[in-house]
Amino acid sequence: MVGVTEGFLVTAREQILGDIRRALGRAAGQPPLFEVAPLGSGELAAPSLRIPRSDGNLFVNLFVQKFENLGGKSFRVRDTSAAVPVIADLLVQKSAVASNSPFLRKCGVTGLPQVHAGFSERDELKKACSAADIGITSVDYALAETGSFVMLSSFNEARLVSLLPPAHIAIFPRSLILANLDQLLSMLPRPADQTSSMVLITGPSRTADIEQILVRGVHGPGEIYAVIVDQD
Amino acid sequence: MKVPETEIQQAINDPRLQLAIYTATGRLIDHRAGVVSAEALPDYQALRDEAHAIKKHTIENLDYYLEQLESNVVAHGGKVVFCRTGEEAADFVLNLAKERDLHMLVKSKSMTSEEIHFNERLEKHHLEAIETDLGEYILQLAHQRPYHIVAPALHLTRYDVADVFTKELGVENEVAIEKQTKLARKVLRQKFLEAGIGVSGANFLIADSGAIVIVENEGNARLTTSTPKIHIAIAGIEKVIPRAQDLAVFLNLLGRSATGQPLTVYTSFLSGPRRESEIDGPDEFYLLLLDNGRTNLLADPEKRQSLFCIRCGACLNHCPVYRKIGGHNYPWVYSGPIGAIITPQFHGINQDTWLPFASSLCGACAEVCPVKIEIPKLLLKLREEVTEVKRRQCSDGLERFAFQLFAWVATHPKIYRFLANLGSIFFPLVPHIGPLKKWASQRSVPEPAKQSFHAWWASRKGSS
Repeated sequence: MVGVTEGFLVTAREQILGDIRRALGRAAGQPPLFEVAPLGSGELAAPSLRIPRSDGNLFVNLFVQKFENLGGKSFRVRDTSAAVPVIADLLVQKSAVASNSPFLRKCGVTGLPQVHAGFSERDELKKACSAADIGITSVDYALAETGSFVMLSSFNEARLVSLLPPAHIAIFPRSLILANLDQLLSMLPRPADQTSSMVLITGPSRTADIEQILVRGVHGPGEIYAVIVDQD
Repeated sequence: MKVPETEIQQAINDPRLQLAIYTATGRLIDHRAGVVSAEALPDYQALRDEAHAIKKHTIENLDYYLEQLESNVVAHGGKVVFCRTGEEAADFVLNLAKERDLHMLVKSKSMTSEEIHFNERLEKHHLEAIETDLGEYILQLAHQRPYHIVAPALHLTRYDVADVFTKELGVENEVAIEKQTKLARKVLRQKFLEAGIGVSGANFLIADSGAIVIVENEGNARLTTSTPKIHIAIAGIEKVIPRAQDLAVFLNLLGRSATGQPLTVYTSFLSGPRRESEIDGPDEFYLLLLDNGRTNLLADPEKRQSLFCIRCGACLNHCPVYRKIGGHNYPWVYSGPIGAIITPQFHGINQDTWLPFASSLCGACAEVCPVKIEIPKLLLKLREEVTEVKRRQCSDGLERFAFQLFAWVATHPKIYRFLANLGSIFFPLVPHIGPLKKWASQRSVPEPAKQSFHAWWASRKGSS
């Protein structure tokens, strides 16, 4: 913290909180008044999460449909051993960086000659991702309703692998496909407890800032692939 | 400030600009309509009610949730800095950059930073701030402010962009949008890798998690918050919501209302610096909580709903006034109906007194607002306040004199009757004389009664 500014910062905090309390007629430390809650519950209404019930097969199909509508390309493979040929096809004449996800190792992706893997130091990873054509990751979850990947930053999944290269491939078992955002939040009520960064990736990077014309791949990957493994 | 009549006239008479605004807002209207329909989102109206209720609850207990947010940010290793003004926010960043000997920072889109002229303040002290959202980057090069809350360069065509890039970046004139985008990617990628600080805004602050949520499509906010070693987020104090699970409501509404996307491409949920086991991410995280006039809006239970706004821009797209006069004719960075209600409340009712009146009260804004802010009602309330202030100031001396004169006439029956008779004789001349000629040429002027009520009453009395 910057020493010089320490003094006024405390005052600003006290003043802002004081102004708020005066305007709202509240005392310091007073618990919230729960006006919006259903009668008698004494709490803010429970979060409303809308989770459709369906069997896993439908979710896979829905995910594929939504993901491809966004401009992604998906592949379904029978088991982990069938993933490598698909990836090898995508990697022709290209270089790639893979995350430390154990699932990628299990699929044998990290053994491919074009794939650089095993980074544990930030600057090296940054350099490798800046130079690579493709970033390969797994996901923590996928969301069928919106065709999204859900990635929690960790040693296994660094942030930059799905961000710096112009293309992103995610390989994951179909069991990780959830119905929607609401289901994700029901399973992870406070994602910040586990990670400094949870990102939902819904399609390739895009912009429509000039004349509302859609252009893909402005800052993040413009190409995005999902390889869904049926049996893990 | 007075009504910028000349500028408004210019905007209306510029067919290229009119087409740009009309097409862009039209597209946004269509995109939204497709994803909030009863078939696409059966719970849309229920979600709006829930969003309104959550915002209302949070704002009514704002101090509580800010303190909860603060302690959770700290628990995750971040720091919270309360800032009364834009100057305090800029000073914090300047001091930090000075201490770390950093001279350049990258920025993702933040209306809150626009509101406090953040970049200008930093540049005055030789700290370069580079906008990385494509639209904002173009505007920064063109030295313009955002035209729209979510589509900042909505008014510029590919040809305008080509000219800006040629002039400011010294590149060949390129009018293909895809190539312009590639160029921006290349220039800005280098900045991302060099910058020591990334400054972002925040769409939501999550009290129970000590986290911020940023939605975007380009990936520039992810880069801003992930590549530099320091991440500073600037957000208005009203952005707080109680729980991460409340995002199920807000994220289902925000993207749909803004651009017609069920979810934007990237939704980042960020808390504190990188954890011990994580390979990348910032080493330091600061959250600047900005007041800058927001606490002034809290006292009035009705007007405080102006703070529920999630900045989706839907009210701009649907506003017949915005769609004609465009974004730059509003006095502040927040344009359209939401700008018309928050500007006078932030800056004081004496400023920009015309703003609440620049509306036909058609209600389109309230109909599309995802958090159900009663914008027309607030506009009326603000009109009332403006009128009251004006009356108290007696600024309009002539009007005051006219009403005093009328009051005097109306309380002197003989004079009133005399003038009324005179009026009924001369009234038929109105369409033929002076300033009313033009007005009457398009309208049928009512004919005065041949006999006044008083005269009729008197004659009736006489006959009975």
